Amino acid sequence: MKTLVQAIEERARRVGRDVQFMEVCGTHTMVAFRTGLRQLLPANVRLISGPGCPVCVTDVNYIDAAVELCRRPDVIVATFGDLLRVPGSDSSLERERAAGANVRVVYSPTDALALAQECPSKHVVFLGVGFETTAPTVAWSICCAARDGIDNYFVLCAHKTMPRAMEALVKDQQVKIDGFICPGHVSVITGAAMYRFICEQYKIPCVVSGFEAWDMLKAITLLLQQVLDSRAEVEVEYSRSVTEHGNAAAQRLISEVFEPYDASWRGIGTIPQSGLAIRPQYARFDAARALTVRFGEAHVPPGCRCGDVLRGVLTPLECKLFGRTCAPVHPIGPCMVSSEGVCAAYYKYEKRVAA
Amino acid sequence: MKRDRILLAHGGGGSLTRELITELFEPEFDNPVLKPLEDSAVLVMSGKGYAFTTDSYVVKPCFFPGGDIGKLAVCGTVNDLAMQGAQPCWLSLSFILEEGLPLTDLRRIVQSIGRTARGVGAEIVTGDTKVVERGKCEGLYINTAGLGRIQTPNRWGAAAVKVGDAVLLNGFLGEHGIAVMSQREGIAFSTSVVSDCAPLWPLVKAILDTGVEIHAMRDLTRGGLAAAVSDIAEAAGVGIRLDEAAMPIGREVRGACDLLGLDPLAIANEGKFIAFCPGADVERVLAAMKQHPLGKEARIIGEVTADPKGMALMRTTIGGERIIDMPTGENLPRIC
Repeated sequence: MKTLVQAIEERARRVGRDVQFMEVCGTHTMVAFRTGLRQLLPANVRLISGPGCPVCVTDVNYIDAAVELCRRPDVIVATFGDLLRVPGSDSSLERERAAGANVRVVYSPTDALALAQECPSKHVVFLGVGFETTAPTVAWSICCAARDGIDNYFVLCAHKTMPRAMEALVKDQQVKIDGFICPGHVSVITGAAMYRFICEQYKIPCVVSGFEAWDMLKAITLLLQQVLDSRAEVEVEYSRSVTEHGNAAAQRLISEVFEPYDASWRGIGTIPQSGLAIRPQYARFDAARALTVRFGEAHVPPGCRCGDVLRGVLTPLECKLFGRTCAPVHPIGPCMVSSEGVCAAYYKYEKRVAA
Repeated sequence: MKRDRILLAHGGGGSLTRELITELFEPEFDNPVLKPLEDSAVLVMSGKGYAFTTDSYVVKPCFFPGGDIGKLAVCGTVNDLAMQGAQPCWLSLSFILEEGLPLTDLRRIVQSIGRTARGVGAEIVTGDTKVVERGKCEGLYINTAGLGRIQTPNRWGAAAVKVGDAVLLNGFLGEHGIAVMSQREGIAFSTSVVSDCAPLWPLVKAILDTGVEIHAMRDLTRGGLAAAVSDIAEAAGVGIRLDEAAMPIGREVRGACDLLGLDPLAIANEGKFIAFCPGADVERVLAAMKQHPLGKEARIIGEVTADPKGMALMRTTIGGERIIDMPTGENLPRIC
């Protein structure tokens, strides 16, 4: 570990200027904070967090739609635990559950599918949120529902994909990014080749990293070396799990059920081809269409800067709400709610109040 | 968003539970015995000190690897007494039973209660039974209260914790929470982790017998070690610095936590506690703990410092440092 830190220090000295590397995976964010890794980096190497927390990038109006659904007497909303506490415009699933709505926490979409079979008189709606890591299992649950003729299972789909979001941040140019620490889990599914266009078109180094502290330190060393060599390539630090082309079976499942569409990211806006929508032939499982869900105007709480935080433009400490009105017990924005949210990480592990 | 209803997270033993206590209960019931908000109330009768406590048990499922709701109902209450240095003497036992509960299950649980109480020298001296309609509770709920004789020369509690104290822990973390979670509907995973549910009084007695001045003990139930140290740091107005490298966390507990996105320090235990004693005497306490079966894996995990006031920090294995925060409430597994 010490030698890795020394290697980083030595390269950082030779780079001789400030560099910013962005991690775009919530788990990396948490590792960086939980292990105290950030404090080991030299002053001119900064880690910034991108839109890697699936809960945080989910639009407010999606939460509103889920809240509206769970109030319907014939609906059971099944969700991963993370989404429960995220505030929508005027409520959250946690509050609705306390008020009597049928909201169940599940650990996989197949649990939601089983729930649909147990409760044939209810519409079971699974909240499909997450990146390429969760999309295959959701696709699988829809395939199973189609195969077994389960007609009361639906997915409210807001799946997103990472590469176009990374491109949008680069093109945005508000944040200077000297390199990406690419998500390990996502890359297991997609393969590392997915990031090549970022290196080629935008000359930004990409390193796919694993989830131990030393993985991330190693990835930072590799990024610094690329900066020193003026290279921009995709390198895989996490080679014990990630291949060039990824998991073909999972990719087939994704493209069988989903098609790319222009998704709306909280705080970032619409990014072309950055989301996964349910294909027309599976429309009967698409809650938005089959149960006519309306996505209304969302109310972002005044003063909430989660959008800027997600783009790396602002650190949580620079948000006026941070640690004052917005804290894990009474969160205002999603970055403070989610266990992988960058504000929650700052609050939990580093600092309490904005300067 | 203002909260107008009770959320599940209000029962998580974290900051939302705390909010209920400070905003609703304390102002209404305010009195000097309640004030310290320790695991047990300390009562003085005829010049003798007694610890008094109560707890309710709603664990799901009722039977889990390493224990059952009955054993838990005795251990939880006995341990709250022990954390005040009190020998558990008398327990009350109230059942809320669901219509249709198999009598064989109830018998197993009652026998488990009897066995556990006898093992620690406590007697069930009063009780109550209610039955509610099917569907109104899941199997059964148990409430116990306990009264114990305080055996310590000084009053234990956060208020007595001092700068320079060492922090000791009696063994591996997170076993109860993970064992119970592994059995839960919808999440069931296979693990060989068993609950650490155990009455701690015998070990506490062994520590008392060393004659070392103890300042505080706290069992690491809901909210785990994280809730205990952050609460004590705040209540005592001191810093608590822990060392991650010293933290005993089993491979399976760590694996399950990684999988579910949970922090092992925030997972519930039912047979683990931390003790605060002057740094100079810590080896004697440690030696006494290690000789007891419930303290075989005991170790020093940190120390009390003057700064940062009101905060617990942990030195990480790679040499960084981070805050240990009060968990918010419900443990919610993450998306990916």
